[in-house]
Amino acid sequence: MAQIFHRSTNAISRLTIFGGIFVVVVVTAAWAGIIRSAYVTGQEVAREQPVPFSHQHHVAGIGIDCRYCHTTVEQISFAGIPATEVCMNCHKQVWADSPTLEPVRASLRENRPLEWIRVNNVADFVYFDHSIHIHQGVGCETCHGRVDQMPLTWRAEALRMEWCLNCHRSPENYLRPREEVFTMGWQPSIPQPELGRQLVRQYGIDPPAKLTNCSICHR
Amino acid sequence: MFPKSDNELNRREFLSVMAASMTMAGLTGCVSAPPEKIVPYVRTPEDLLPGKPMFFATSMQASGYGVGLIVESHEGRPIKIEGNPDHPASLGSTDAFAQASLLGLYDPDRAQIVTQSGRISTWDAFITALEDSLSGLQSNRGDGLRILTETVISPTLADLLQQFLAKYPAAKWHQYEPVNHDNSRGGARLAFGRYVDTQYRFEDADLILSLDSDFLSWQPGHLAYARKFTQRRKAAPGKKTMNRLYVVESAITITGAMADHRFPVRSSEIAALANALATQNLSGQPSWLGTVAQDLAEHRGRSIVIAGETQPPEVHALVHRINDRLGNLDKTVFFTEPIESSPVEQTQSLGELVQEMAAGRVDTLAILGGNPVYSAPADFEFAQNLSRVPLRMHQSLYFDETAERCHWHIPETHYLESWGDVRAWDGTTSMIQPLIVPLYQTRTVYEVISAMLGNPSQSNYEIVRSSWQKRHKGQDFESFWTEAVRRGAVRDSQAMPLSIKPQTQSPPPISDPVQSGQELEILFRPDPTIFDGRWANNAWLQELPKPITHLTWDTAALMSAATAERLGARGSDLIEIKCQDRTVKAAVFVVPGHADRSITLSLGYGRHRSGRVGDGHGYNAYAIRTSSAPWIAPNAQVRKTGERYDLVTTQDHHELDHRHIVRHATEDEYARSPAFAEEEEPPPKPGESLYPPSENIDYSWGMAIDLSACIGCNACVVACQAENNVPVVGKDQVANGREMHWLRIDTYFQQGPSSLDVYFEPMLCQHCENAPCELVCPVEATSHSAEGLNEMTYNRCVGTRYCSNNCPYKVRRFNFFPYAEWSVPQFKLLYNPDVTVRSRGVMEKCTYCVQRINRARIDAKKEDRKIRDGEIVTACQGACPAEAITFGNLKDSASSVSKRKAEPRNYGVLAELNTRPRTTYLAKLTNPNPELAEKK
Repeated sequence: MAQIFHRSTNAISRLTIFGGIFVVVVVTAAWAGIIRSAYVTGQEVAREQPVPFSHQHHVAGIGIDCRYCHTTVEQISFAGIPATEVCMNCHKQVWADSPTLEPVRASLRENRPLEWIRVNNVADFVYFDHSIHIHQGVGCETCHGRVDQMPLTWRAEALRMEWCLNCHRSPENYLRPREEVFTMGWQPSIPQPELGRQLVRQYGIDPPAKLTNCSICHR
Repeated sequence: MFPKSDNELNRREFLSVMAASMTMAGLTGCVSAPPEKIVPYVRTPEDLLPGKPMFFATSMQASGYGVGLIVESHEGRPIKIEGNPDHPASLGSTDAFAQASLLGLYDPDRAQIVTQSGRISTWDAFITALEDSLSGLQSNRGDGLRILTETVISPTLADLLQQFLAKYPAAKWHQYEPVNHDNSRGGARLAFGRYVDTQYRFEDADLILSLDSDFLSWQPGHLAYARKFTQRRKAAPGKKTMNRLYVVESAITITGAMADHRFPVRSSEIAALANALATQNLSGQPSWLGTVAQDLAEHRGRSIVIAGETQPPEVHALVHRINDRLGNLDKTVFFTEPIESSPVEQTQSLGELVQEMAAGRVDTLAILGGNPVYSAPADFEFAQNLSRVPLRMHQSLYFDETAERCHWHIPETHYLESWGDVRAWDGTTSMIQPLIVPLYQTRTVYEVISAMLGNPSQSNYEIVRSSWQKRHKGQDFESFWTEAVRRGAVRDSQAMPLSIKPQTQSPPPISDPVQSGQELEILFRPDPTIFDGRWANNAWLQELPKPITHLTWDTAALMSAATAERLGARGSDLIEIKCQDRTVKAAVFVVPGHADRSITLSLGYGRHRSGRVGDGHGYNAYAIRTSSAPWIAPNAQVRKTGERYDLVTTQDHHELDHRHIVRHATEDEYARSPAFAEEEEPPPKPGESLYPPSENIDYSWGMAIDLSACIGCNACVVACQAENNVPVVGKDQVANGREMHWLRIDTYFQQGPSSLDVYFEPMLCQHCENAPCELVCPVEATSHSAEGLNEMTYNRCVGTRYCSNNCPYKVRRFNFFPYAEWSVPQFKLLYNPDVTVRSRGVMEKCTYCVQRINRARIDAKKEDRKIRDGEIVTACQGACPAEAITFGNLKDSASSVSKRKAEPRNYGVLAELNTRPRTTYLAKLTNPNPELAEKK
């Protein structure tokens, strides 16, 4: 009997079916890649700030502890951005006439706060608490990276939920002793999994069955 | 099929354009979020930790007396009101009005600036005008100068007014509130020859007879009385500790709902009953009165007879005598000096003012607080007489009906923004301290009177402090002041009992009761959620379903089914009520248990100048309320208008039928078979289910609600709304059943042997171990936590609403529209930052205050300890005056909630569906009189 379809239909069918599957896979992969990219997450993008504050100088160079400025990190959910008067504690005398620091002096003079651009942020529906993480042995650099090596401040980690879950599913891979939480460049003395398991027992870290409950972060 | 033309889009082009748009729209998910700013302080305030709330004690004046509160403050703004455990009028709990007053602070319709004849002006301009007028009055000692205030119960304010009267001896000070205590004042005057205030010891009373007294709802001391009364309602099996409550009233109130025996009697006929009890002459009275009298006689010295504020003074005097004869004085009933600074019979006081205004003898009138143009008795014709006064000033929170008829309007500072003091019903003085800097250019009453005394620039704080410095002589003032402000209540400031007895033995003549026949009486009652009208613009209270009737956004003419039938009217028919040539139109609402030939009207609606929320709802009952009959108006005529009016309720089916939702028994039945509640409808045994038992880690949260204690006051509903940013939806949406309250009080009626039984059941998410809602969510937006909570993750919810469909308790609420208020700038201050504000398309429900649980868990972990019992208090639990709700850890067998659940009368609602609810109920117990129960 006569062929209904032209012979080229074979090629076209194969092309469209496999091509369709290929396109779907590629688009999905591309999308998944794009939303994890620095463009979307802001990872390693140093944002323009009113004053080009250098953590590298203040932490590695001078040796100021994180908590001098980020005062409330052990007490409440919010780590705390230093008030202008904290900066001016030193900069009344040090670099007191520097033009770079004029915005800081102006802020104190005019009683108008400095408006920093937020570098580390999570979505509004995430209720993150710093103090409990500090208490349970999560180091600053675990989430914020080597801040002491940042001449300008950028986000070191994507802070996506899948990344948070990595630790919430197996905290022993990321914990460190409480005394070392504020240390930059800490390395475990014994292999991390073993140390982590000890710390989980010692600090009474909740099991993953509890840490991965939705209401821990979302309410 | 579709013709291809140059101008029109054909089908293929349309589809390809749509596909392209959809793709592009999806790409918006690929761009990075815009950078946010993070703004620190310039100088950090001391002790302030952003995100950690601070709690301050303050007080609120409501219905003439003060209540102590503790207010939660986040970064310098109040976001939640709790009771003050150190304050005797609060005992740690609040009522619906105190909870909702927070919304009033942030109300955008509040008056924000001084106005003169409606035009914006300034405080300084007002002072100039005031000084001009007062300088003229100085010479004639203030003749023609009048001040009208609401009830003054503040020592500082009383001082200022005394100073004012000393400076202007010919001036007069009047007090008026529409819901006042004239009747009990008059009753005290008749019985004792002087004013006294009465207090009751409900904890010592085995028997209570209420004659139209709604002592659980709005009478002075109602929060403390609710606590003490309900303490005696919670029973252990076998121990005969329950009290017994008889209520004689016309419309059902929450006190009547708690009664073991409720007798519906027309309010105007209660006087005859009181007379019969006082003279012990029961002939011609219903037989139940004899049984009640007998019961009272058997409980000498351990009973309370209490008359409601709505009963005439003669009834109060009779009740004083009855209590005396029963030996209750100095045991369960005692008297004190009047707590008010200058008690007067307020209707008379206002009447004198109106007479003088009519006669043209008032030149300058300052109305400080209150809304007399709206709420004064209709026969006073206040508005008309007011227009005769050459200079009128008004101070209030809103630019209301009175403000629009006065020359000057000064916006009042809200109590959450001001310093002050107030006395509670028992005399305890407490301080008012501000939680936030005044939002607008407002002034307190203290500052206005201070200005009238010639000190316009003295601040609120200085006025109050210097007043206390004068009062508290000697010893260390600073430590006294700090302690009083910190604690909220001044120690040992309660009024001492007086040793006093009622005077003459012969009872005063009772005005003839309304002849039984066909006459209708009209009863005026403060509205259960709007009170006297002052809360009309409060959306939380407008949408709060009123107890018993469940009406929202409106009020109706309540009547019994028989009365409605007699009038030929059905529910929602608009009728015109006429009292002494004044008329008002109201919609009919049939309430079971209402006395026949009696119609209840609520005060507080029908306003036209309350704000955008309150205008145009309901009818104005003040239009027919006269000074001679402020509570009970006899001989009303009713005419049907033929029109209908939409009334909206949140519950219209009140029968239990054969369902075992509310389980109840008498105290005797409970003693005989303690496990009656479970036996009525036993849940499936653990082995009967395929589902494994739930296992929790560290904590197992659960809640127990005692139905014997719940009085249906709605404080928990508003507390939950305030704590969890629950939105208000408006009348149209409530008509569609879309009200968003996470917690509702279901009311059921059952005809008992001798009277109507009313049951209140607070219904909230039961946090079922086998939650039907969790199984059906396609995106797992609702899950079960390891501590037993049924979690709700708003950001994951796509709005299928399958969970609500599957919930047998119907406690899940859906945001059909973006109900949350995003456009009002003040509400950004109002919302609790610990709880997400939900937009449209997401489901929400009670979370057991998960934000409080999380905060407590984190705090406990940081201190390396476990969460203590009582550390987590859910919003509903904290507000409840009756302590009906208990929340805690079920893994701890010593916790209060475990003990409650161990009681034999514990049961789960709809537990037979194998949901295994974590919220269980303690069955309601009643203590009826066996003799009355037998009679039909």
